[in-house]
Amino acid sequence: MGDFLTAFWVGGVFCVLGQLLFDLTKYTPGHILTGFTVGGGILGGVGLYDRLIDFAGAGALLPISSFGNALVRGAMSEAARSGVLGVLTGMFELTSTGITAAIIFGFFMALFFQPKG
Amino acid sequence: MEDIQRQKETNLLLDNHWFNNWNKLKQPKPPLWKNLIYAFLFGGLVSILGQALLEMYLALGVSQEQAGNPTVATVIFLASLLTAIGIFDRIASIAGAGVAIPVTGFANSITAMALEFKREGFVLGSGAKMFSLAGSIIMFGVVTAFVIGIISAII
Amino acid sequence: MYLQGGIVLAQGMVNETGRAAKKVGRQSVLLEKKASLNYAATVAGPKESLGPMAQYIDRCHVDNLLNEKSFEKAECHMLEEACYLTLGKAGLTPDDVDYFIAGDLLNQVISANYCARKLSIPYFGLYGACSTLTEGLSLGAMLLEGGYGDHVLIATSSHNCTSERQYRFPTEYGYQRPGYAQWTVTGAGAVLLGSRGDGPRVESVTVGKIVDAGIRDPLNMGTAMAPAAADTINQHLLDLERVPGYYHMIITGDLGNTGKQLNEDILLNQGIDIRPNYSDCGVLIYHPQQNVGAGGSGCACSALVFLGFFLNQMLKQEITRVLLVATGSLHSPTAIMQGESMPGIAHAVSLEI
Repeated sequence: MGDFLTAFWVGGVFCVLGQLLFDLTKYTPGHILTGFTVGGGILGGVGLYDRLIDFAGAGALLPISSFGNALVRGAMSEAARSGVLGVLTGMFELTSTGITAAIIFGFFMALFFQPKG
Repeated sequence: MEDIQRQKETNLLLDNHWFNNWNKLKQPKPPLWKNLIYAFLFGGLVSILGQALLEMYLALGVSQEQAGNPTVATVIFLASLLTAIGIFDRIASIAGAGVAIPVTGFANSITAMALEFKREGFVLGSGAKMFSLAGSIIMFGVVTAFVIGIISAII
Repeated sequence: MYLQGGIVLAQGMVNETGRAAKKVGRQSVLLEKKASLNYAATVAGPKESLGPMAQYIDRCHVDNLLNEKSFEKAECHMLEEACYLTLGKAGLTPDDVDYFIAGDLLNQVISANYCARKLSIPYFGLYGACSTLTEGLSLGAMLLEGGYGDHVLIATSSHNCTSERQYRFPTEYGYQRPGYAQWTVTGAGAVLLGSRGDGPRVESVTVGKIVDAGIRDPLNMGTAMAPAAADTINQHLLDLERVPGYYHMIITGDLGNTGKQLNEDILLNQGIDIRPNYSDCGVLIYHPQQNVGAGGSGCACSALVFLGFFLNQMLKQEITRVLLVATGSLHSPTAIMQGESMPGIAHAVSLEI
């Protein structure tokens, strides 16, 4: 799944695109990250995002757009297996790790640390 | 909009045209090239870290399809820890999108909210507010997947 | 005695045209008894203690939490400290003070409320955002002018973390601040106004009106507030028939680098040049190397710089006529998210010694 050089520049390009949107548009980071997620989902829907992950490895896996892709792939694969209801049951299959990790680590960090400002 | 328009017209000191001109000329602009270079470098660095973790997990015997999971979880852990220690925001002020676009930004927003609002208690503070910043990512991600999933199920 | 509408009005309260005697022009009041700024105290956080104004601050803290359980409690603590330090300098207790006028940036002005709880002085809570200092001085001076008391304690505070938390993002959130963004000052200032005293006297007040330039970016406060500052300064000079050169210093509260420029340019466009004797507290409170974008902001910005530095200069008679114009942006995160813009206001008091 990709190599270091490809991961570096593909990851870099994703971030440059984000930075252009941060600096040149009036949209907030919340808007832009949501846009990336939806974009990743759409690319995932047509099968392109998984190929990007095969090509660039972590360079395409880490940007938030891969979260959108994972949600779409999860919904689609379960729907292929068990019909329309699969859209609901399979959605968080592939993103479960990310969300669970974020909640668990967020909780424990909040437990042991203080905000410093 | 009309109120402000009327204010601007009746306010002798401020005229639309003059003000728009002033904004174009004198508002400080972001150092675009500097920001883009740092975004590229930091984004690339985060990806290299991710790639190293990915290859490490593959070498440890995790399957190709599953290797992404511990990788993402580890990156989330690191971002969360850096947030809690108080370093992440300093890195982000230089790196910008370089750490905001990868899942590190997602982890930071969740941890930062949980950490900040623990002062209002874990239930009504941290728990209730944890997803204030990241919530729209989840909502729109799920809605997109729902729509695309339904379409794919039908065709 | 003047009779108007069947109501007997006391002599001196109206002039020959039947209008209120001390009202001048559209927005100003010329005071006769002139309240005196007798004693003041300032308290600041770590970043301000490393800035150029540190030597004029009464108490500097190295920790922005002040060993309290939350940033909000720390801010309230600083406000109480400033108040008690002021009373200490005056040799008075809270019971000697007729009115307490205070405000801060937080929802429901809680720092002021809980400080007022401790002081137990009859209390007027204010929300003027960063214009609280001069709004308080205006109202306090007018209370004393009317003979409604002898001592008024005016205080205000702000804290970087509490305002970040409320208006923007959690303090550990990673985002890039644009160059025009400002840094909310952590600190508090209090001043005791007396009907008698040898301090600088409030000789006129110009009450600001809301001026909205249509700015929708809450990080761009300087640009949002500058039109209000220009409007109030212009009106003040108009009402009192003065020129900018009448004052040794014209000081704005926290316009920052960008706002200061805009203020100068708007007034220049009107044919008024304040540049020779104009300064802004937001620009003065930090060193440029402290990485604070366009400068300081917050209620404490004007309080620390004016009550610390400029008051000191006035007491030494190095400057004797000052126009202090604190500016505030009266928006809320909810209003911004609903598409509203930021309404600015600027209250001015002129001081002489």
